[in-house]
Amino acid sequence: MSTPEFSHDDIRSARGAAFRYLFMLCALLSILTTVAIVLTLLVDAIDFFAQVSLVEFLTGTRWSPTNEPVTFGVLPLISGTLVITIGSALVALPIGLLTAIYLSEYASERRRAYLKPALEVLAGVPTVVYGYFALVYVTPALDTFLPLSTFNALSASIMVGIMIIPMVSSISEDAMSAVPDSLRQASYGLGATKFTVSTSVVVPAALSGIFSSFILALSRAIGETMIVAIAAGQTPRMADLTDPAGMFLDSIQTMTAAMVQIGTGDIVGQGVAYKSLFAVGLTLFVITFIMNLISELVASRYREVYR
Amino acid sequence: MAADTHDAPVDSGFGQVSRGKDVAFRLLALAATLVGIVSLATLLTNVAVDAVGWLDWGFLTSPPHPNPYEAGFLPALIGSIAIMLLIALITFPLGVGAAVYLEEYANDGYLTRFIQLNIANLAGVPSVVYGLLGLGLFVGFFNIGYGTVLAAAFTIALLILPIVIISAQEAIRAVPDSQRQASYGMGATKWQTIRNVVLPRAMPGIMTGTILALGRAIGETAPLIMIAAPTTVFGIPNSLFSKVSAMPLQIYNWASYPETEFQYGVVAAGVVTLLVVLLTINSIAILIRNRYQRRNAQ
Repeated sequence: MSTPEFSHDDIRSARGAAFRYLFMLCALLSILTTVAIVLTLLVDAIDFFAQVSLVEFLTGTRWSPTNEPVTFGVLPLISGTLVITIGSALVALPIGLLTAIYLSEYASERRRAYLKPALEVLAGVPTVVYGYFALVYVTPALDTFLPLSTFNALSASIMVGIMIIPMVSSISEDAMSAVPDSLRQASYGLGATKFTVSTSVVVPAALSGIFSSFILALSRAIGETMIVAIAAGQTPRMADLTDPAGMFLDSIQTMTAAMVQIGTGDIVGQGVAYKSLFAVGLTLFVITFIMNLISELVASRYREVYR
Repeated sequence: MAADTHDAPVDSGFGQVSRGKDVAFRLLALAATLVGIVSLATLLTNVAVDAVGWLDWGFLTSPPHPNPYEAGFLPALIGSIAIMLLIALITFPLGVGAAVYLEEYANDGYLTRFIQLNIANLAGVPSVVYGLLGLGLFVGFFNIGYGTVLAAAFTIALLILPIVIISAQEAIRAVPDSQRQASYGMGATKWQTIRNVVLPRAMPGIMTGTILALGRAIGETAPLIMIAAPTTVFGIPNSLFSKVSAMPLQIYNWASYPETEFQYGVVAAGVVTLLVVLLTINSIAILIRNRYQRRNAQ
């Protein structure tokens, strides 16, 4: 028991500490990523807002970054994004919730074992493929009985909706599975049917998880890019509340699609239009970040309640 | 909304058994479950039928061409694979390192919870925003160059890193604590326990998660557009700093061509190729998972 052994231990613990800090750096990289996102967006967005007033950006009703007269009102893009979000929500939220109820309450173990992975495939299909589907198959199919434009918000909404179904169903199902069986048994004991147990006991008890899945799915719909860039077109328009059908049947432009349009244009230089990319990106980041945060906080509530 | 279906006769559920409504609801829920799967299957069948006659050896081995009958996919295919290999090299060590720290070293303090929340949030940041990060950081700040292999790989690596970390964490968490205790009982240090006990046991799960994340990386389009990757290149990338296209970018480009030969032929062939590559990647992940599960069961 002499000094060499001690120094051997010293080396061992030094190596242990080195690895600890190395791994810690990897974990801290995620915070660095967030900081880098905020900084890169802010630096160019601040440049942009030096030339275009924040008020004009947030309240302007015309988005025309390259064509004269050049104006940067983000409202048409936000309204386009809202149209897609509402449209895809109408598809994904009811279908996703019913799917979650089926998987959690009705499906046998065997059936769930192949239905769940099959649903996950929906989220794994590249969005550019969904965009192509919407443009080349869904729009012509709907066009036979609806007065659709080649580019329209309807096909894009349907495709975004199908893509986000698994986000709703899988998180909602987790929340429903976390509802203690004693609650179900109590309800059955009162003579309730499975329908009543599902809709009056399980769904209300899992509400925070369901709510969290809805917010997360809507956040995905807001940030979805390729489907809307391909299928919804590039026509920035303010939503006309008196004509909701028109919004869906015609071409619109979302925030993300506008970014793609600028990104594929020839204005890679340092002009105002190029800087507007970062202003729109910042707006998008702030909106989705807040929604993701709310979703995460609400979800952690149901996880705590039933742990 | 589903809730609407039961709003009217809520009370009738208790006390009286209404079998018909129960069966109807069960069928409705099953139908809803199948909506997404069936529509995807229909669309995939359509695209597969359209790709017949277009997806051939010539398509896979030629460069793009304005004439649909001569258009090929090779530069995009190779570009995608090159980007994906680089992404794997970047994300695997970083993701596993972060997961090991969070699961094995970090105590449940304020910083850990903050990192965890931050990772969950990063996983939800729109990919187009990551594209702006790549444009500002790798192209602008580090000057790697617009649309190069390296800029593309770094950008998408950051995008899938949160997914890799989260899945690696799950794999590490699944290693039973008794095995760690046994290792400590033999006098092993923390690092030896992690290297010899935890990581080998968690590796199949980590591999599965990483490969699935790579599958997602191969389909990403918007970040590549933002870092100004060309939608069409005619040659195969020969260095880390050559301009690169990728399968989804080439598909995006072709989808904007008005000719029906492109719309229903060339693009369909591209889509099928992309999906086959994706399917191959995912099958590898599933194979690894199944082999591991079987070995565990023995």
